Amino acid sequence: MTKTIYVGCGAGFANDRPDAARSLALDLATRQGPRYLMFELLAERTLAETQMRRLADADTGYALRLFDFLDPVLDLCLDAGIPIITNGGAANPRAAARRLRKQLASGRHSTAKIACVLGDDLLEQGQTQWAPQPSDGRETVSINVYVGADGIVDALNEGADIVLCGRVSDPSLAVGAIRHGLGWAADDWDKMAIATATGHLLECCTQVTGGYFAHPGRKDVPNPANPGCPIAEISADGSVVIGKTEESGGCVTVRTVREQLLYEVHDPAAYLTPDVIMDLSAVTAQAVGPDRVAISGVRGHPRPDTLKGLVGLRGLWFGEGEISYAGPGALARAQLARDILRERFAQLAPDVSPWIDLSGVASVFNDHQGQYLDRQLSSAIALDDVRVRVGLLHADRDLINILLQDLESLYTNGPAGGGGVRRHISEALGTQDFRLPREAVPTTVEWF
Amino acid sequence: MSTPILLADYAHARAGDKGNTLSIAVFPFDDDHYAWLCRELTTERVRAQFAHRNPSTIQRYEVPGLKALNFVLEDTLEGGVNRSAGLDRHGKSLSYLLLAIELPKP
Repeated sequence: MTKTIYVGCGAGFANDRPDAARSLALDLATRQGPRYLMFELLAERTLAETQMRRLADADTGYALRLFDFLDPVLDLCLDAGIPIITNGGAANPRAAARRLRKQLASGRHSTAKIACVLGDDLLEQGQTQWAPQPSDGRETVSINVYVGADGIVDALNEGADIVLCGRVSDPSLAVGAIRHGLGWAADDWDKMAIATATGHLLECCTQVTGGYFAHPGRKDVPNPANPGCPIAEISADGSVVIGKTEESGGCVTVRTVREQLLYEVHDPAAYLTPDVIMDLSAVTAQAVGPDRVAISGVRGHPRPDTLKGLVGLRGLWFGEGEISYAGPGALARAQLARDILRERFAQLAPDVSPWIDLSGVASVFNDHQGQYLDRQLSSAIALDDVRVRVGLLHADRDLINILLQDLESLYTNGPAGGGGVRRHISEALGTQDFRLPREAVPTTVEWF
Repeated sequence: MSTPILLADYAHARAGDKGNTLSIAVFPFDDDHYAWLCRELTTERVRAQFAHRNPSTIQRYEVPGLKALNFVLEDTLEGGVNRSAGLDRHGKSLSYLLLAIELPKP
């Protein structure tokens, strides 16, 4: 009989829901064969943010909510022999490992094996020569490289119960599990591409099970408040079926799988990862049962000689301020507020270019120049609830604050009946990518 | 000419971002409409819809196995999540700007 393994994903980003993974772990525990649970907790800017926390306190720097995800499933997975694999170690996997070690010390799993996959953090290693200098006066706060599955495979082969990684690429979390479970060779490119496609489908968690999908009347999703976490079944012959937690909400359909297969993909024939160049140009998705979809036709090409690195940058501030106008003449008063703000901002800070939306007319589709908004205004019907939103990005926090205070002063200086001012300023962390030779980034496994 | 249709009534889509690059994959609800989609949803039509975002290049990829068109629009996110002062800095909602395109009926 063909060997089949199971990989479930309990989180698709740092602020995902921590409560869904518990039923996923319970489901996995009932299945036979090798099973793995992955948590994907990093986005492009998370490393910069976590690195800044680490600089302030050496015991932090892992994903802020890592333990919100781990705690509900830890005993369950350790009891059932389900390894947990996550990139939630973020900027400081060792600190996460130390906390986990301490937490487990008093319980029945005090001998659980905790592995850290290290090597992605070039700043820590002083290997800063590979990274580009920020071109615009911003300051480098992190330099990390997207590494592949090798370190995870090593850790699992040596019996890791929990694998804490930093900037391992998202699909590699699954690739590591699959290579370990099925013994696939790292240079079997078609197999690596199948594993990567599986990881790609899992890595955004419920985005493949009916999350980020519902459109009433056109794409309805059952029990949309509680979409279940995805579970991939991967067999030694290369077949893959995507399903989800038993008795959960959401759905797995050909449509959800198609949308997620191409999510954030550019050239479908050449999706670059550290493990393989994935070729989706001949991929198909087919329903094989209720909430079960098989994918086939994924091909692979030799992995790139270079890896992608990411510089985290600070030095910019992002401010937003809003005020609403409702009732008769709302749109005319909101438009007048926009005109007043433009004039005031030009007086106070001529080098700052504000982004201004009129929510209700144009906001998320708008552009910095407001061309889209102007086009919509030329045909706008009478709206009776319009919110003026200003977005500001600048290196000088105080200047942004002055402009947002000026927006608030519309209370006494602006058009009649404005209300509901809100304003806030936050640091705008940025990133810049680069490539470097694969050989420059060896990964290692450390045990805790 | 017959009344144009709204793409959202015939297709679904999901948008993704990497830096300042927007990608949108679009799929007909009915697989039999794929040839129609390939014929009508041209790069030029998409360029016109996103003109206010000044994309520097637009690539269109056909993925017949998934009945999909994948559009990649460079320099379209006003700096993206790193650099945009807009409300939707990822451009996640822009799948529906694409779906707001009007096309001749299949």
